Amino acid sequence: MSTTETTEEQEEVVHDDHDHPSDAKYFQIAIILGVLTALEVATYYVDIGPALIPTLMVMMVVKFFMVAAWFMHLRFDNSLFTKFFVSGLVLAVAVYVIALSTFEFWSKG
Amino acid sequence: MSDSATTDHATTTGMSHNKLAMWVFLGSECLLFGALISTYLVYRGRFADGPAPGDIFDIPFTSVSSFVLLMSSLTMVLALSALQRGDIRNNRLWLLTTALLGSLFIGGQVYEFTTFFREGLGYTTSPFSSAFFTLTGFHGVHVSIGILMLMSMFISSLRGTLRKEHSETVEIIGLYWHFVDIIWIFIFTVIYLVPSPTS
Amino acid sequence: MTETTTVDDVVTQPLGVYTRPRGGTGWRDWITTVDHKKIGILYGVAALFFFVVGGIEALLIRLQLATPNGTVLGADMYNQVFTMHGVTMIFLAAMPLSAAFANYLIPLQIGARDVAFPRLNALSFWIFLAGGIVLNLSWVLGGAPDGGWFGYAPNTGIVFSPSAGMDFYALGLQITGVASLMSSINLTVTILNMRAPGMTLFRMPVFTWMMLVTQLLLVFAMPVIAVALFLLAFSRLFGAKFFDPAVGGDALLWQHLFWIFGHPEVYILILPSFGIISEVIPTFSRKPIFGYSFMVFSGIAIGFMGWGVWAHHMFVSGIGPISVAAFSLSTMFIAVPTGVKILNWMATMWGGRIKFSAPMLFAVGVVSMFTIGGLSGVTHAISPADTQQTDTYYIVAHFHYVIFGGIIFGLFAGLYFWWPKVFGHMLSDLVGKWNFWVMLVGFNLTFGPMHVLGLQGMSRRIDSYSPGFGFELWNMVSTVGSFLIALSVAIFVINVIVSAMKARGQAPCGPDPWDARSLEWLTPNPTPVHNFDEIPVVESLDEFWHRKYGTDEDGRIVRVASAEEVCEDGSAVGVHLPSPSFWPIVFASGLPFIALGLIFNLWLTVPGGLLVVMAIYAWIFEPVDDPDAAHGDHDDHGGDEAAADTTEEAPVV
Repeated sequence: MSTTETTEEQEEVVHDDHDHPSDAKYFQIAIILGVLTALEVATYYVDIGPALIPTLMVMMVVKFFMVAAWFMHLRFDNSLFTKFFVSGLVLAVAVYVIALSTFEFWSKG
Repeated sequence: MSDSATTDHATTTGMSHNKLAMWVFLGSECLLFGALISTYLVYRGRFADGPAPGDIFDIPFTSVSSFVLLMSSLTMVLALSALQRGDIRNNRLWLLTTALLGSLFIGGQVYEFTTFFREGLGYTTSPFSSAFFTLTGFHGVHVSIGILMLMSMFISSLRGTLRKEHSETVEIIGLYWHFVDIIWIFIFTVIYLVPSPTS
Repeated sequence: MTETTTVDDVVTQPLGVYTRPRGGTGWRDWITTVDHKKIGILYGVAALFFFVVGGIEALLIRLQLATPNGTVLGADMYNQVFTMHGVTMIFLAAMPLSAAFANYLIPLQIGARDVAFPRLNALSFWIFLAGGIVLNLSWVLGGAPDGGWFGYAPNTGIVFSPSAGMDFYALGLQITGVASLMSSINLTVTILNMRAPGMTLFRMPVFTWMMLVTQLLLVFAMPVIAVALFLLAFSRLFGAKFFDPAVGGDALLWQHLFWIFGHPEVYILILPSFGIISEVIPTFSRKPIFGYSFMVFSGIAIGFMGWGVWAHHMFVSGIGPISVAAFSLSTMFIAVPTGVKILNWMATMWGGRIKFSAPMLFAVGVVSMFTIGGLSGVTHAISPADTQQTDTYYIVAHFHYVIFGGIIFGLFAGLYFWWPKVFGHMLSDLVGKWNFWVMLVGFNLTFGPMHVLGLQGMSRRIDSYSPGFGFELWNMVSTVGSFLIALSVAIFVINVIVSAMKARGQAPCGPDPWDARSLEWLTPNPTPVHNFDEIPVVESLDEFWHRKYGTDEDGRIVRVASAEEVCEDGSAVGVHLPSPSFWPIVFASGLPFIALGLIFNLWLTVPGGLLVVMAIYAWIFEPVDDPDAAHGDHDDHGGDEAAADTTEEAPVV
């Protein structure tokens, strides 16, 4: 739990007395996640041509960050947590994308 | 003894040791799963004489189990918010639900593995099969460890020892649980939904 | 925990099944300790032991190669010995010796009473030791690893390496990797979260900074090698097809995973040494470190860029011209922050009143020898040259200049520098100087000629060579040099023993034998169990020095207080410290059973697994601070309550 000092510092954030969103908010997030998943699965049935992979990636990233931001509370917590997590994430993506490139993964699949 | 009561004033940054450690650990886990996913991506087209991923994946089935795991993140966060309100009963209920949803996911994975095996995809069939079972197996082990932790929490709650002041413990287990979920969000899209090579 | 043992010794714990350890002095104290200082000493002892083991392996290699057609070792034994030499020196000697310094010094340098998770710290050590034991058990259980320290596939597969050696490699290193990961998370949290009041990040000593970068590299690099080792283990044990070219397995995958870990690993090894000499050089030059912020940022830059150069190990692996060009460039760039550091150390010495005590000699040794290794490294960055040098003794020469010249010299500097801090008496400086000069000469005789041998075309890893290629002279010189290095290590051991005997019955040396600068010297020598009597309030970089020195009206630096006035006397009582625990060693002792079980008989994994699971649950139910231990009336709790819970599952009983 972040301390009360940090909540006071973040005055631009809606002034909530407690750190975390309400259960109703969690349900809203879950519904959005569910809808996104349904859309993702729909691409299996509906042919959208070359837009397929970009669409899937966008939806995946949105889902990914919604869970991280809301359920894992990164939105509300100390930014150092986000920094650690994002460092790992960015490092992993960068390093492995480069490694896959040397396998000519992107051109040959 | 609850450290969330004492750490706020005692640490330099105001963050609790435990939570910071968990986030550092999760950052580290990104590299672990990244390596496993890359291994799979390199090998997904190398299925030797065995089944190809595009032939064998059952997208509707995996969609359902992915949805189950996604919803377990909701119940996890509800368990936490219940405990933060001091609502022991609902906390217990949601902890158990989360563990059950997780078990359902694992059950689905066991079913999937058995089906694949019957269709001729053994662990040693091809680089693709080894990489697939290793990646999803590692994820499954992570989920199972999460279930163990949730059940430990649930039992401790039944014994009356999981109270409002321990909510940080549940929060940290929740972080782990959500992380395992977002890894699956990634796997579901990149491994299952992105069209795979067929034979 | 002398303060906490005053109550009766036998107190039954909530579970009622065991008696909690209560400290003391004997071996029980050492196996249950959670004190970062004792764990640091344990790391140091284990690392020096493995250093000697790896050194003996090195001598065997040099004996075999001393003359053409050597017969000391057969080809198979030679493969095992050079593989284990590399593995032992890197994973069981250099890394844990750095961990020894990290454990002992980080809490002291940031003004803390212990690390963030004391029991986890003990667990890290015991797991590391378990991994070291597993690796070395291979000698008596069917043969040691024989695929080289970087274990290239498919050479490490069952076909080419049929003994169980590479299984021991995969599982043993996996275990030590777990230890490194735990320890790195622990120390990262410690550095970020347990600094004394006023100890901002930019007032931390350079040593602590370099250690922070090292820990972050470990956090992100260990999982990569973990995956590589899992793939190898699953291939060998369960027949997975990751590296089987016959069905499409790719040997390059191993190389990528290994070096994505392996190059950050180089900086994991070198940065602690850079940190050590960044403490030693200012102290013995009697000047503050030149360009503190440049030192810090170049360390961060090295850590960051260290992730972008791994494929320079693979220039001849067929990764394509674009990759080679890109990694050539990034490799040349990483020489820049390293160069910044070298220049800053020299600028620190420039105009200083330099005193060449033993620690300083070793530190200057690092600056000069590492520079040679760095320069030969730049020649590898030029890929056409690298193509000629790959897998020759030129490479061996290069990385020994970096690892021995850069790291071992640095660690010895640290040993001589902090010995009085840890043991309360000095090592003989005269013998230390002998130690240094013999080591320096021996080191250059051993590895200098290897440059020549490599350029003459001598391959690394060959077990013998025929006469007539012009290899004879330099190989003999190199072997003579290696025995000089052995002599220098013997001098060190004699120094340790003789100094300890001389110090017996004598009062400890003063609190500040070197006129040092950083916070750890605020505590008396040897460090009391509770570290600081009062957690210090920090006002500047080099806090300890600033408490001793001020300026007069003319702006000249004058001594304002003696060390005795400034230092604490270690007399605080009743300081609340985390209690010892059995469970770390119980947990760790399960792992060798699991490893051996996976190799020989799966049933063995059952007792191993049970030990681990039992230890985990017992650990969770064990309160970190023994509720029955005396708390005393000391009101300064500092960081230790924060150090309380070591697991995410807080005590629920």
